Amino acid sequence: MIDWLQIISNAAQEIISPTTAAYALAALGLAIHFGFTGLLNFGQAGFMMLGAYGYAIATLTLGWPVWAAILTGVVASIVFALILGIPTLRLRADYLAIVTIAAAEIVRLLFTTNTWVEVTGSANGLQGYKGGFAALNPIPPGTYGFGPWVYNEYDWWVRIFGWGLVAIAAFITWRLFKSPWGRVIKGIREDEDAVRALGKNVYFYKMQSLILGGVFGALAGMIFILPRAVVPSNYQTSLTFFIYAILLLGGAATVFGPIIGSVIFWVLLSFFSGFIARAVEVGWLPFLTNVQAGQLRFILVGITIMLIVIYRPQGIFGNRKELAFVK
Amino acid sequence: MAHVASRPLTRRAPRRLAAVLLAGLVSVLTLSIAAPAAANEVGLDEYDFKVSGLVELADEPLADVLLVIEGGGFRVEVESGQDGRWAVGVPERGDFTVTLDENTLPAGIAVIDENLEQPNVRTITVGQSGSAVANFFIGQGERNTTSLFDQVIERLLNGLNFGLLLALAAIGLSLVFGTTGLSNFAHAELITFGGLMTLLFGVTFGLPVWLAIPIALILSAALGFFNDAALWKPLRKKGVGLIPMMIVSIGLSLAVRYIFQLFVGGDTQQLPGATDTTLSIGLFGLSWIDVASMGVSVIVLLGVAYFLLRTRIGKATRAVSDNPSLAAASGIDVDRVIRIVWFMAGGLAGLSGILWAYFRPGVSWDMGFQILLLTFAAVTLGGLGTAFGALIGALIVGLFVELSTLIIPSDMKYVGALVILILVLLVRPQGILGRKERIG
Amino acid sequence: MSSSAGAQGAPIKSTGLHIGEPAPGVKKVDPIIIANNITRTFGGLTAVQVEHLEIPRGAITALIGPNGAGKTTLFNLLTGFDKPDTGEWTFDGQGISGIPAFKVARKGQVRTFQLTKALGLLTVLDNMKLGAKGQSGESLARALFPWVWRKQEAEIEARAIDLLSRFKLDSKKDDYAASLSGGQRKLLEMARALMSQPSLVMLDEPMAGVNPALTQSLLDHILDLKSEGMTVLFVEHDMHMVRHIADWVVVMAEGRVVAEGDPHEVMSNPAVIDAYLGSHHDEDLGDLDTGVMTAIKELADDDAADNKH
Repeated sequence: MIDWLQIISNAAQEIISPTTAAYALAALGLAIHFGFTGLLNFGQAGFMMLGAYGYAIATLTLGWPVWAAILTGVVASIVFALILGIPTLRLRADYLAIVTIAAAEIVRLLFTTNTWVEVTGSANGLQGYKGGFAALNPIPPGTYGFGPWVYNEYDWWVRIFGWGLVAIAAFITWRLFKSPWGRVIKGIREDEDAVRALGKNVYFYKMQSLILGGVFGALAGMIFILPRAVVPSNYQTSLTFFIYAILLLGGAATVFGPIIGSVIFWVLLSFFSGFIARAVEVGWLPFLTNVQAGQLRFILVGITIMLIVIYRPQGIFGNRKELAFVK
Repeated sequence: MAHVASRPLTRRAPRRLAAVLLAGLVSVLTLSIAAPAAANEVGLDEYDFKVSGLVELADEPLADVLLVIEGGGFRVEVESGQDGRWAVGVPERGDFTVTLDENTLPAGIAVIDENLEQPNVRTITVGQSGSAVANFFIGQGERNTTSLFDQVIERLLNGLNFGLLLALAAIGLSLVFGTTGLSNFAHAELITFGGLMTLLFGVTFGLPVWLAIPIALILSAALGFFNDAALWKPLRKKGVGLIPMMIVSIGLSLAVRYIFQLFVGGDTQQLPGATDTTLSIGLFGLSWIDVASMGVSVIVLLGVAYFLLRTRIGKATRAVSDNPSLAAASGIDVDRVIRIVWFMAGGLAGLSGILWAYFRPGVSWDMGFQILLLTFAAVTLGGLGTAFGALIGALIVGLFVELSTLIIPSDMKYVGALVILILVLLVRPQGILGRKERIG
Repeated sequence: MSSSAGAQGAPIKSTGLHIGEPAPGVKKVDPIIIANNITRTFGGLTAVQVEHLEIPRGAITALIGPNGAGKTTLFNLLTGFDKPDTGEWTFDGQGISGIPAFKVARKGQVRTFQLTKALGLLTVLDNMKLGAKGQSGESLARALFPWVWRKQEAEIEARAIDLLSRFKLDSKKDDYAASLSGGQRKLLEMARALMSQPSLVMLDEPMAGVNPALTQSLLDHILDLKSEGMTVLFVEHDMHMVRHIADWVVVMAEGRVVAEGDPHEVMSNPAVIDAYLGSHHDEDLGDLDTGVMTAIKELADDDAADNKH
């Protein structure tokens, strides 16, 4: 018999999982880039990677305290945004897409190569950087929670930190897009020349947007690595595509869209994977092996992206009238 | 796949039916490509902790090296994969020894380290993080050192070979972009499909190579055509914008890639003759297959050039690719041109996949995706929408990728090409042969 | 409202704008723009080649000429949307050649586009507010603290609503601009341009695509600009409009200025007629395309109507 309780319980845990928070924050950053400004940034995985490695390397190789390590990741992402933005923000949208993918891949290759293995750990990545963060934990040791949500003090600390960051980022984003700055950005998304003709320095605004969304991505990368290790193969282009799936699902130009989208995405994915895995075990799907069941997730994500963009591009919370990328 | 808006069923039903049958047939056939056991990853799903590593010889990954991991009464064997990597699951934390079986190293090579008594044995500890790493970076050993000149020529020829097969993929991508405006991320899967079909017919069904390849090419061309007929054309008719279409292609690419993995597994398999060392010419590290690959590429590219320059349809294709609305206004049947372009793009991509399978060497589920970015780089470099630009861009990328290994480590060779792409876009955003756009 | 309208609703024309004989490049009494030696080539084609051009301040100047004469290109150059091969020009005495478009706009020069760029995904009111200059809330740092910019925002909103009511769009202020008709979007673009309180308003074919019922309203608005002290430069094909409201006309053909003068003189200038007819002036007029024929007929009709008075 299929253990429905286990499947549902696993899925429910995804609601507050730090991975969900990380993806939500990364998607929020991408919402600023793509949803609000119209920048086709396909390198968000690169920003996450820089945040993750910035934090880990600062902690392990340089021995810096937590706040300095966080700052390192943030500064790295700002530098990356500048390097990306200065040449490309003058280019057309699809050029930006290709350049950002290329840049993110370059970053990944640089971290995977064996040339700097002492610092980067190359393909095996880095571990053992969690000590500083764990030491800041105000929760006394023990196990807390109820129902499916029972964790120890470290796991709770990670969740509080992660979702706290998401809340702050969401508030900042919400404030910004109700302001005149947000108005300029939304104008740029639709027609740069019109906004230029009104005396706004379009290039500068795009750069600010790129940096802000990139910093969110870097912080997301840091949340992402707190419950696991830094492994470069996690930051391939498919990561960016997953974030896009979440963003489009929730609503590209909204604040709640990325967050709720991430929750729904991970809950459904967990439920679906769990169900398929159990079904294979129990023999309901005799033509699939366990490994193949795991691949169904990706197929599902791919098809979901296609369907959303074709039939409901504004996602769950978006407003069709405000969508700039649907012409 | 996306559900197409309802149309009069009478006319489209037979074509749809044929397409579905074809797809079904290919799927069932592909299922029979046996996925071999993954030799370089053992027990990762069974156990919570992990020991992994990399085996390299003089900075190049070394495959098929046997390693034995033992500890706490547990013992497991694993072989390094094509990329030199291996990983095993272990049941608990603690100390483990990783022993490299020197009998599985190439002749005349041993692990040498003055500081260790037994350099081919490593002791590691799986601690808090739950995983541990043991790498073996083996030095020069008894390798034949080739002169710099020879190395340059060898890489030049490799670069040419790679650039030519990349050009086949790039031209299709560029023409699709020029005629329909679509930046097709799923082009990667058209490339992979060529390799997979050749594997299916040439290895699984055992047909001779000279039969398997043409069959694979025909199927690839058909898939390209099917792509447009079933998905892109309905979306264009629906008036979907270019950016949503690009995102749809990303979703499609993701889905199809993992469908491929579903059928053929995660490992790399070889096409007939790919690793046959008897085919070596002995000159510059080339084999007859490399020569044949370059020859085929050149012939096909000449054929494409002739088509575009001399035939009426070819000229119409160039016109549509340059300016679709103007071409339509001058009476060219744009829909027909687009159909032909997709047919060509599918076939060329399939051929590119086959040659790529012989070059890597190996067929895997994501082989197309691995060179997708380089293909985009080639197209952008040369100028989006121009076929000849794609050719030039591909050659530049191919040569750069291979020649750059003289200076930078080989696992970073794609970085060079990507950096070139970014630099060219800075200086000349429209690419080498592209046209500049006007405001107003 | 239409304080520049005189007897029988006809606009009062400014005269005495030039110094000397009206000819291409003639100096103006009070120029707001002085341009020298502007050239722009695309590939082998010379799009613009203007030796000297001065635009009179406080007047309405029309820039006319056949298609491909280089009018929009000259517009793009003067407003910073394109870079010339050579050339320098001053605005209000300040050299502005080579500075980017947004800076040109900040100096008091505002332009509209041939294909109207009303931002459809924003509301009408947001469109208007976007037009205002010097908003402290537009800085990223300050945007996070609403109390810093709230007062200014209220003032801008008040001004916006005022302008909107002048253009009779105030009832639509909360609608998305995409829901407006084509003509209303033109009005919105013009109203939005006025939010920055410019000194020079450059309109690129303001009448294009506007239905005849709205034409008079647009014309009145343009005349209002002049009565409020702004200078207007517009590109047009509609000869009625040009005759009706332009104080000064500059005629371009094949990238050069071929004639300047007040509307009446210019339209009887043989060089202008040549420009429109091109090299066909010794051919049977029946061979010409209808667009040019209509233009010539309009000129003849206008002359006849004038002579009646």
